[in-house]
Amino acid sequence: MIGKPISRVDGPEKVTGQAKYAAEFNVPDLTYGVVVSSTITKGTITRIDTTKALALEGVLEVFTHKNRPKTAWFDMSYKDQDSPPGSPFRPLHDDQVKYNGQPIALVVADTFEVARYAATLIEVDYDAEPCETDLLKHLHEARDPESGVANVFKPLPPKPRGNSAAAYANAPVSMSARYIHGMQHHNPMEMFATTVEYGRNGKLTIYDKTQGATNSQLYVTQAFNLSFDQVRVVSPYVGGGFGSGLRPQYQLFLAVMAARALKRSVRVSLTRQQMWSFGHRPATVQNIRLAADSDGKLAAVEHEAIAETSQFEDYTETVVNWTGKLYDCPNSTLSYKLKSLDMYSPLDMRAPGGVTGVHAIECAIDELAYKAGIDPLDFRFKNYSEKDWTEKDKPYSSKELRACFTQGAERFGWSNRTPEPRSMRRGHTLIGWGMATGIWDASQVPARAEAVLTVNGKLRVSSATADIGTGTYTIMTQIAAELLGMPLENVIFRLGDTDMPLAPIQGGSWTAATVGSAVKVTCEALAKKLFKLARKMPGSPLAGADFDDVFFASSHIRLRRDPSLSVSLQAIVDQNGGRAISETGTSLPNVLKQKDYSRSAHAAAFVEVEVDEDFGTVVVTRAVSAVAAGRILNPKTARSQIIGGMVWGISSALQEESIMDHRYGRYMNHNLAEYHIPVCADVRDLDVIFVEEVDDIVNPLGVKGVGEVGLVAMPAAIANAVFHATGKRIHDLPIQLDKLL
Amino acid sequence: MLTETLPVANAPDALPATQPIELTINGQKRQFRLAPWTTLLDALREYANLTGTKKGCDHGQCGACTVLIDGKRVNSCLTLAVMHEDHAITTIEGLADSATGQFHPLQQAFIDHDAFQCGYCTPGQICSAVGMLNEGKVENKADQIRELMSGNLCRCGAYPHIVDAIQEVMKKER
Repeated sequence: MIGKPISRVDGPEKVTGQAKYAAEFNVPDLTYGVVVSSTITKGTITRIDTTKALALEGVLEVFTHKNRPKTAWFDMSYKDQDSPPGSPFRPLHDDQVKYNGQPIALVVADTFEVARYAATLIEVDYDAEPCETDLLKHLHEARDPESGVANVFKPLPPKPRGNSAAAYANAPVSMSARYIHGMQHHNPMEMFATTVEYGRNGKLTIYDKTQGATNSQLYVTQAFNLSFDQVRVVSPYVGGGFGSGLRPQYQLFLAVMAARALKRSVRVSLTRQQMWSFGHRPATVQNIRLAADSDGKLAAVEHEAIAETSQFEDYTETVVNWTGKLYDCPNSTLSYKLKSLDMYSPLDMRAPGGVTGVHAIECAIDELAYKAGIDPLDFRFKNYSEKDWTEKDKPYSSKELRACFTQGAERFGWSNRTPEPRSMRRGHTLIGWGMATGIWDASQVPARAEAVLTVNGKLRVSSATADIGTGTYTIMTQIAAELLGMPLENVIFRLGDTDMPLAPIQGGSWTAATVGSAVKVTCEALAKKLFKLARKMPGSPLAGADFDDVFFASSHIRLRRDPSLSVSLQAIVDQNGGRAISETGTSLPNVLKQKDYSRSAHAAAFVEVEVDEDFGTVVVTRAVSAVAAGRILNPKTARSQIIGGMVWGISSALQEESIMDHRYGRYMNHNLAEYHIPVCADVRDLDVIFVEEVDDIVNPLGVKGVGEVGLVAMPAAIANAVFHATGKRIHDLPIQLDKLL
Repeated sequence: MLTETLPVANAPDALPATQPIELTINGQKRQFRLAPWTTLLDALREYANLTGTKKGCDHGQCGACTVLIDGKRVNSCLTLAVMHEDHAITTIEGLADSATGQFHPLQQAFIDHDAFQCGYCTPGQICSAVGMLNEGKVENKADQIRELMSGNLCRCGAYPHIVDAIQEVMKKER
C-alpha cells in the first residue's frame, strides 16, 4: 500500500459537497457574528457608538473594547505553538489601534443578514497618529531579531567564516545585486471561520479553521481560563492553509468570547477583505555579493536579508541559511535583520524564508555563472555541496540533488539550450529557459496516535493532526493498511479533533514524517498485541511462533513458513469477547541518530517562459521539477503537492503581491480580483519527477515532506528564464509587465 | 479626527420584513422565510443546509459558489435567492444520480485525476465544468478548457489535473 498512487480517500466527500469545513456545521439556534475592522493604522479609538446597531431587531450584542468580557491577564496566556517572541495581539483588548484592519467590534445577531447590516451602523471616531509601514524607507534602522523558541525550527544565521570581503575584492569574477519582494497573503480559498457550539454546562465544541486543532484548544483554554475538558476543537476539513492556520486567528477568540457571554452558539466568518487583516509573508530586501575564481569555484558569498515585522512580535524566517546549505564556500557572510513597522505580525507562508532566500541566491548564482561563462547547471555541479557548514559541517542524511539536476535536465531537454540571452524565439515571442535549485527542511517532531481493531474487524486509526489538502487522510490510511495487512476499504483514519491523541500543528512539511511515524509505531504495537492474543487462542496455528515468524496479510496473521496457517483479525476480536482491541503510541524523533546529519529535501526546477516584449507579458509554457524527498508514500497526492508548489512559484514570480498605500498603511488590493493568483489559463504543462532517494536517518519511514519543496526553486528558475529570454535581470518580484517594458 | 460614516445613505430604522419564498433545489421544492437581500449562496448554506456550495469571496471573484441555474453556471453570491423562485437550481449535492447514487462522470474523474487538494473550490469547479459542457462551445482542447474554466480559482494549484479530468469526460462522452 505504501508507495502506491491511491486516489484520495476523502475524495468522495469532497466531490459531493459532504466534506464539512468550519463555517458549515449548522448547529441548532446558531447566531452570527460579523467583525468591524479599523480604518486607521495607528492611534486611539476615542468614541465607538453601537446604539444604532443595537436598536436593530435581531441584534443580540455588540462587543467592543469597552464592554468585552474579561480574559486572561498575562501575555503568556495568548501564546500558541507558532508564536514568535513578543506580546501576542489581543482582539478588543483596549482602545489602541496597532494596524489597519484590526478588529474593533463584533456584532452578533440571530441572522447573518442582520449582523452584516448592523456592522455598517457602528460609528467610530479615532485619534489617528502617523504610521510607518514602508520597509524600504527604514532599512537603515534594521536590527538583530529577538531570538526565542521559534528559532529551534527557524535558525538564525551562523557566524561568518573566512573573509568574504577580501575574497570578493580579489576574485576575477563577481556580481552584486539587491532583491526585493513585497508582501503576500496566503488567501486559502476557505475564509477563516469558527463555529462555536455552546453545550450543556458551557462546554464548547469549536469547529475552527486551523492547521492544528490542539493549538486552537490550547489557546482558548489559556486565554479564557478554561479546562481542557470544557473545550473540544474539531476540524476535519480545512479549505487550504499554506501557513495561515498555524496560529489561532482572531475570529476564534471573538467567537468563543461571544458564545460564552451570550451562552449561545456563535459563528464568526471573516470576509475575503479581512483575510488581509492577519499574517502575511513579509516584504524582504536582500543584498547579495558573490565571487568566483577563474574556474568557476565560489570564492566569496555574502547574503544579507532585512525583513519587516510588527511592533509587538519578532516574527523571523530562515532566509539566508539556505545559501550556506547549498553552497559550501570558505568565505561566507550571512545576516538577517528585522525592522518593526505598524502592521500585524507576519506569518509563516508556504516555504517561509526558503522561497524568499532561495529566489535571491539562485538568481545570483545564475548571474555569476553567466559572468564566468559557465552553463548555470554546470556551475551548480562545480559548486555542489557535500556538507552543511551552517550546521557545523554535518553531512546530509541523504542528498540526491545531483540526480534531480540530471534527470530534470534530461526530461526538459536542457542540452538543447543556446546560452546567449535572446537567442531563442518562437514566432513573435522570445523564449527563455532557466533553472534553479530548491531545498527545504526534512523535520520530524513528536506525535501520538491510536489504532483500534473494531468489533467488526475494521481498523480505525486517529491522531489530532490536520489535512489541509496535503493528503494526510490518504497516506495515513495507506501506512496503517500496510502494517496490518488490511484492504484500504477496511481502514479508516480520522483526524482534526482534540479528543484524539496529540499531534502538532501541520506545518514545515513535517506531517508525513511526524504523524506517519506515530501511526507506524502505534500500528506495530497493535500488531504485536493482536499476535499475542492470536497465539493464546485455543488450537491456534500460531501457538509457539514468535512475532518474527508471522506476517499480516488479507486481514489475517499468517505464518511465514506456511501462509495457509493463519488467524483472521475478526477471530481475534471475537475471541476477545467481541470487544475492540486498541493501542496508543507515541513516536519521538531518534535524536541520537539524527543529530550528526543535516536533513533536507532537494529539488531542481527547469522552466520555459514565453515573453512578448510588446506587452511585457510572461507565460510559463512548461516546467519540470525533479524532487528528492526520500520515500514517496503516494506518488499521486505527492505529485499534486509538487504541482501546487510550482503553481505557487509561478504566482510568486509573476503575479501575487499585496500592495499597500504607505500614506495610510492600508492594503489597496485586498480582494481576489486585484490580488492576482494564477487562474487555469496561467498554468500550462507542468511535470514532476521523483528521484529515488533512500534515507534511514530522517525517520523510520524514510519520508521527507513535499508540501513546500516544490515551490522553492520556481521563482528563481522563472526569473532566470526571463533573463535568458530578454537579457534583462529582473531582481524584484513579481515580474509584472511594467518591469519588462 | 476620522469618523466612520454609514456606507448606506439614510439607513432605515427598521429592516424590511422577511418573506416566504419557494426554491426548487436539486429537484425538490423547498420553502424558506428570508430577508429579501439574502444571496442565493447564503440561502443554500445557512437556510437550506446545503453547504456543498462554497463561499470563497462573496464578490463573484473566485467561482467557489458556482451553481447551475436552469443548467447555466452562475456565481450564487452575486444573485439574490428571491430572484430564483421559478428556476431549477442544481448544486453539487444534486449532481450524482438521485436514483442510483452514481457519481456524475466529472465527480469520478476529479477523484481519479486528483483534481483537488483541500477540496474547497471543488464543488464550484465541478459545477462550472458541467455548465461549460452544457454551453457546448468547447471542443476537447486543453487551451480552450483552461480559458473557459478560468473563472474558478484554485489556490492549491490543481489546475493541470482539473483540465485532465474534464478532457477525460469529454473523450468518453464523444
